[in-house]
Amino acid sequence: MSLAQFSQTLAETPASVFIQSVSWIIPSLQTVHILAISVVLGSILLVDLRLLGLVGRGVALDAVVRRFAAWLWWSLLVLAITGSVLVVGEPDRSLTNPVFQTKLVLVALAALATLAITRPVAGDPQFWTATPARLAAGRGLALVSLAIWLAVIIAGRWIAYAI
Amino acid sequence: MSLQSLFNALENTGWATAIREGSIQFPAIETVHVIAFATVVGAIAIVDLRLLGVLAHHRSVQRLTRELLPLTWGAFALAVATGSLLFASNAVRYAGNPAFQLKFVVLALAGANMAAFHVGAFRHVDAWDEAERPPRAARFAGAASLALWIGVVAAGRFIGFIDPTGP
Repeated sequence: MSLAQFSQTLAETPASVFIQSVSWIIPSLQTVHILAISVVLGSILLVDLRLLGLVGRGVALDAVVRRFAAWLWWSLLVLAITGSVLVVGEPDRSLTNPVFQTKLVLVALAALATLAITRPVAGDPQFWTATPARLAAGRGLALVSLAIWLAVIIAGRWIAYAI
Repeated sequence: MSLQSLFNALENTGWATAIREGSIQFPAIETVHVIAFATVVGAIAIVDLRLLGVLAHHRSVQRLTRELLPLTWGAFALAVATGSLLFASNAVRYAGNPAFQLKFVVLALAGANMAAFHVGAFRHVDAWDEAERPPRAARFAGAASLALWIGVVAAGRFIGFIDPTGP
């Protein structure tokens, strides 16, 4: 079964038909999706700005990472759930859309870049501050992760314009 | 000049027409708008959750607000600038859109809540700056702010569904 056929089959399932038939479901899901994006962006901004030494210098880096990583991962779960239901409701808008496919790849990269920052701290709280080289690498990762998350949002908004 | 003719003149300016008719201008500005307000909501939510005693409750409230203020206001200014451009591109229709009108009522309430907090509970912040559980007035302001900003985002998202002038 091709992706286009799968998308077609999905659009004819009772769940999809139901989502399409109730006018407020999709904008409501999109609202929750956007609120979760706000939490992800706020969280990654504070982690990255702390790594860059711009915000929260009075707090230990590992404390900032631990505090905001939890919010980020839970929000990512909310994004996955609302996003999946949106796909079921509008499969044609997403599955075969190259911008949507790009977005999924970017989300995976963003999650990896974020893990690359948060994982080492879990084992060694001083990991990123142990040596100047580590700190430089951490700051590079901060910029890279922020750039990928912004790219995720850009691709997400562009889905609607690439149908 | 009536408000209606003002909006009419606004959307007929060269730049507003360019945003409306161009293929990339509207989505590009809209994307920046989303990034800007997501930053505003994310930063404000962190302060609200601190006021509620849910997040970062070992940190000074003043210090947290002072650190987040430049980011929040910078992003807010960007959201206002991009939002104004989006509004200008279809001023008459947006002004008549109930979701758009509701969004600005809720936005005004969020501003009033913030102002009330600043002349109220925040005036005595020295007394509860490090408190894990700030006083009731501060917790109320945090809860109201969270609810109102969620309302702003929801009303904003419904603009395009109630009057689909754009995707």
